[in-house]
Amino acid sequence: MDETQTPTQAREEKVLGIIETARAKAGKFKDTQVTMSHGAGGKATQSMIEGLFVPAFASASLSALGDAGAVEVDGARLALTTDSFVVKPIRFPGGSIGDLAVNGTVNDLVVSGARPVALSLSLILEEGLPADELRAEVEAIASAARAADVEIVAGDTKVVERGHADKMYVCTSGVGRVDPRAQMSPSALRPGDRVLVSGTIGDHGTAIMLARGEFELESEIESDTRSLWPVVDALLEEAGPSLRCMRDATRGGVASVLNELARTSNVAMIVREADVPVHPGVSGAAEILGIDPMYVANEGKLVAFVAPEAAEAALAAMRAVPGCEQAAEIGEVKTEPPGMVLVETGFGGKRVMDQLVGDPLPRIC
Amino acid sequence: MKYVDEFRDPELGRLLAGEIVNLVEPGRHYKLMEVCGGHTHSIYKFGIDDLLPENVELVHGPGCPVCVIPMGRVDDGIAIAHEPNVIFTCFGDMMRIPGSDGSLLDAKAKGADIRMVYSPLDALRIAKENPDRDVVFFAIGFETTAPSTALTLKRARMEGIENFFCMSNHVTIVPPLRALLDSPDMRLDGFIGPGHVSTVVGARPFEFIPSEYEKPIVVAGFEPLDVLQAVEMILRQLSEDRCEVENQYKRVVLYDGNARALEVLAEVFELRPHFEWRGLGFISQSGLKISEAYAEFDAELKYSVPGIRVADPKACQCGEVLKGVIKPFECKVFGTACTPERPIGTCMVSSEGACAAYYNYGRFAREREVV
Repeated sequence: MDETQTPTQAREEKVLGIIETARAKAGKFKDTQVTMSHGAGGKATQSMIEGLFVPAFASASLSALGDAGAVEVDGARLALTTDSFVVKPIRFPGGSIGDLAVNGTVNDLVVSGARPVALSLSLILEEGLPADELRAEVEAIASAARAADVEIVAGDTKVVERGHADKMYVCTSGVGRVDPRAQMSPSALRPGDRVLVSGTIGDHGTAIMLARGEFELESEIESDTRSLWPVVDALLEEAGPSLRCMRDATRGGVASVLNELARTSNVAMIVREADVPVHPGVSGAAEILGIDPMYVANEGKLVAFVAPEAAEAALAAMRAVPGCEQAAEIGEVKTEPPGMVLVETGFGGKRVMDQLVGDPLPRIC
Repeated sequence: MKYVDEFRDPELGRLLAGEIVNLVEPGRHYKLMEVCGGHTHSIYKFGIDDLLPENVELVHGPGCPVCVIPMGRVDDGIAIAHEPNVIFTCFGDMMRIPGSDGSLLDAKAKGADIRMVYSPLDALRIAKENPDRDVVFFAIGFETTAPSTALTLKRARMEGIENFFCMSNHVTIVPPLRALLDSPDMRLDGFIGPGHVSTVVGARPFEFIPSEYEKPIVVAGFEPLDVLQAVEMILRQLSEDRCEVENQYKRVVLYDGNARALEVLAEVFELRPHFEWRGLGFISQSGLKISEAYAEFDAELKYSVPGIRVADPKACQCGEVLKGVIKPFECKVFGTACTPERPIGTCMVSSEGACAAYYNYGRFAREREVV
C-alpha cells in the first residue's frame, strides 16, 4: 500500500484492481441455459464465444475472431466465413432474408480484405411455406449474388415440421481471395488513427423493428442491405497499407465494433456524437423507443480505421462510391483508458459507450 | 428533431454550466440527489455530470421503478408466468431484473410465455386476441405509469374482458423520500424532483421536504438543459439560504398535478400497509394494490404465489449508497459477490445504478482526461 494513501483510497485501488483483473480474463461461459442475450452480440455472446467455442476448436485463425477466417492453400491466401439468417419478418422495407443471406456473407469477406469468389447456400424451410414466398426469396438471392458478382456453387435443403422453424432460415458460407492491397489486423490500431463510417447508421435494425408492427410507428426507413465490395475496393485503392482494420457493423451496431477493437488493440477511442450520420427517421424512432442508434444493426455499413495522414483521402474515396455519400469521420483512436470507448455527446459532456449486456431492451421511463 | 433539439443546445448548456460554477462556494462539497431514474438516464446519456464542477456530486436516487422491485416479487411474477395457459407480459427493462433464481428472461428461456409490451393496453390487446389464454400484466412504476394501468383495467371492465389480470407492483414516491430523509446518516443537500411523477401528483406533495427537512427541491424535466437548470436553481437556493419547492418543468407540470389522473388512481388502487423495496427494506404505505372494486382483475388473488420474502443479502449496502453515506467501492460485496453480470442490490441491477456505473467506468470516473 502506498503510504500517502488514506484507507478509503487504498480500498478503492484494491477494488478497481479486482475489477480490472476480472475484466482482462477471457470470457467464461457459466450460464445454465441459452437465453436470447447469447444471440444479441453483446457480453453474453462474447462469453459464449471466448469461453466455449474458441477453446474447444483451438484454431489460431479462429482465435483472431475476425469476420472471416484465414486459410492458405498452396500459397493462395483465402478467407472463409459462414452466417445464418433468421430475420422476422422475412420481407421488410429495403430487402428480404434472401438479400441479407448473400450480402451478410459477402460483407464478412470484404471487410476482411477479401474479394468474394463463391457462396454455398443452405435452406431450412418450414412445412407449409407458400411456394411463392420461397420463389421470391430464391430470386432475391440470385439477384443479390449477381449484384455482388459472386457465384452460388453448392447448396442444401431441409424441411422441418410446422412450428419448428419460422417460415425459412438461410445459411450461407463464402470463400474469397485476400486482396494483396489489404494489410489489416484487428490489433493494428494506433493512437491517432481516425474512425470512419460508410454512411448513416441504424437503418437496418430500425426498419426491421418497425416492420414487425409492434410499435404502431410509421417511417420511411429502409434496410441498407448491400454488398460493401465497391466501398472496400475504393478504400483499399486509396488507403492500402494505411487501412488498419475494417468491420461491418451488423448485430450490436457500431458501438459493438468499436468496443471489440478497442479491447483487441488495447487502445481507447473517442467518438464525436455530433459527427455520426443518423437518418432523422432513425433518430426519431430511437428517441421514442429509448434505444441508441449506435447499438442498432446495419447490413450495409462498415467502420474503417485509417492512419491519420490517409484519413482525408480515404473519406473522399468512400464518399465517391454510390450509396456512401454520407460517409463521415466520427472519431479517433487514443491511448487512455485502454479498452474503452468514450463519446463526446452532442450536448458537450463525455461518457463511456459500453458494450451491450444483452438485447437492447427498451426502458420504461 | 424539432421540440427536442431546442432543449439540447450545447451553447446554452455551457452558459448554464458557467452560472453553476459562479454559484458554488469553493471548498464546499454538494451532494444533490436526482430522485428519478429518468434523470439518471439523461445525466448518463448526455454526459451532464461531466459539465459540473468537481465538488457538485449527483447521487442517483431510488426512483428507478424496475430496480426497486425486490427479489420476492420477481419470484412471484415468475411463478405466475409458469402457470399453465398464462401469457405473462411486462415492460422490456423488467425482464433482466434478477429474482432469487433467475430473471424473467431466464424463465422465458425455460419455456414460460413471456412477452414484452410497451403499454398495458398492448397487454389488453393480447388478451383480446387470445380469448382462450389468461393474460397477466406485471405492472410497475410510480404514479407516472399507474394511471395507464388504472385506465387499462377500466377499459377491460367496459369491454367485458375476463381473461386479463394485473399483478400490481406500483409504488408511490413520497414514502421512500421520507424514509431517506428520516435516516440519521443522510447527507444530501438538495433534490432534483421527479418530473414525470409530478405531471400526475403535482409539485405540492414535495412541500414537506423544505418545510420539515429544510432541503430545497426543484421539479425538473428530462432534457439536458432541464437538468442543468435544475442544478443551477438548487445551488441558487442554497447560496441565497432559501429552501423551497420550485418547478423548473412548468411546461408540463401543474403545481397541483393532474386531478383526473389522481381520481382514476383512487378508484382503481388502494395503498398497501407495507411494500418492500430492494435495497431499502419495507416502507409503510408505499405500494399500490388493486382495490376491492377491481378485485376480479387482481392476479395476486387469482393465483397462489409463493409470496416468500427473499431478504436482500446482509452484506448489501445499497441503502447507504443511496443515502450518500458510502461510495460504491466501500460496500463489502462490490465487485466480488455483486457485479453487473450477477447483481445483488438495486444499485448494481440497472446499468445506470450508482454501483453499475462505478463498476463499468470507475477508473475513468476518477481520471476524466482522455489522452
